[in-house]
Amino acid sequence: MDVKDGKVVKGVKFRNHRIVGEILDLARRYCEQGADELVFYDITASPDGRSVDRTWVSTVASILDIPFCVAGGIRNIADAEDVLNKGADKISINSPALAKPDLINDLAHRFGSQCVVLGVDSHLENGAYVVYQNTGNPEKMTSSQRETKPWVREAQERGAGEVVLNCMNQDGVRQGYDITQLAEIRANCSVPLIASGGAGNQTHFLEVFQRASVDGALAASVFHSGELPISKLKSFLNDNKVDVRLC
Amino acid sequence: MINSVAIIDGGGANIASLQYALQRLGAKSHLTSDPSAIQESSHVILPGVGAAAPAMAQIHQKELANVILNLKQPVLGICLGMQLMGTSSAEDNVDCLGVFPDKAIKLKGGPESPVPNMGWCRVSFSSNNPLLQNIPDESWFYFVHSYVLPISQRTLGRTSHTHDFSAILKHNNFYATQFHPERSAAAGAQLLKNFMELN
Repeated sequence: MDVKDGKVVKGVKFRNHRIVGEILDLARRYCEQGADELVFYDITASPDGRSVDRTWVSTVASILDIPFCVAGGIRNIADAEDVLNKGADKISINSPALAKPDLINDLAHRFGSQCVVLGVDSHLENGAYVVYQNTGNPEKMTSSQRETKPWVREAQERGAGEVVLNCMNQDGVRQGYDITQLAEIRANCSVPLIASGGAGNQTHFLEVFQRASVDGALAASVFHSGELPISKLKSFLNDNKVDVRLC
Repeated sequence: MINSVAIIDGGGANIASLQYALQRLGAKSHLTSDPSAIQESSHVILPGVGAAAPAMAQIHQKELANVILNLKQPVLGICLGMQLMGTSSAEDNVDCLGVFPDKAIKLKGGPESPVPNMGWCRVSFSSNNPLLQNIPDESWFYFVHSYVLPISQRTLGRTSHTHDFSAILKHNNFYATQFHPERSAAAGAQLLKNFMELN
């Protein structure tokens, strides 16, 4: 869930965000439908130069009985500690890690790798995948000049315990996950890898599990629209021999 | 004895989700490191997020090791709290409480089985116990860990990774789960409810 000004929003390829609902309503709905984990991105925190808005973190923690991860402008130990103390299970970092890679080591050392998720916004340009930063604001997003594969490897060495690979070219367009890129990163990733960007129907989920061997699949638009209830998706995956938790 | 649960304060982050889970069950909980408050509670939970050595250092600094070992009411260790109940942990090579005569070892990874093990895993129940009532065998629970206690006669539930390990242990009035019941949806809520109903 991309969060902006206290509401859940969604864009296409990280642009033209529109409001899709209230944080608590959607959190409750997805939890009841059988989501295994929720991720909240305060998408304007990094581009606005502030830390994550945590007014809603405690409330979300009080209603959810599944794990959730919070992201957005977490720049130091104190930001992370506050979010975790309010009940988040994990924190995810992208732009602040690119600005100061030692942050990954510091967070992993203090809270353990299991709390530290590396978010990677990966964009295909001139035949190479590069990592973008400040992606919550189209005016401010820029290339970090780092290539995706070496960055994922470096972040693991520094202690990141999970990688969410968001394939920007696929984001919000519902044409399927970027299987080629995900499979390539999978081969270079020894921590859990979560696919993100491009899910449009249940077959896309099946493909990404079968062909890229990811540990999880993240999606937004296809759930927000109500087209694909998570319970229905999980029955479909289960029928196709993907081992999932049914509710 | 007060009918409420004492959550032992080991200085770790992320106790909120456990407190909220107990609140949803209508149970009163308090975070404390005071020996008499712990002794006087009807139920005690030893949580734990972080690493074994700093967690044991906190327990010793607060002089809680013997307090915990001598508790007679139901006690539940969660995640690192479970590992601390073993005799020692391979994490930091530290001596632990010794509630269970088992050593915490590093979970082995494999190509399809990353470590830390993070995510939902099935738990196979090894025996009937009030802690497990109304929870279907092979239910999924949420795990986040790199160390495990081995299978033993005390194992109530086991999980497979590259090797099997104890997901749930019981010894006398001491119970422990390697997973986080507070983050394990309906199955986890039922387990916490069952724990609160033990006496």
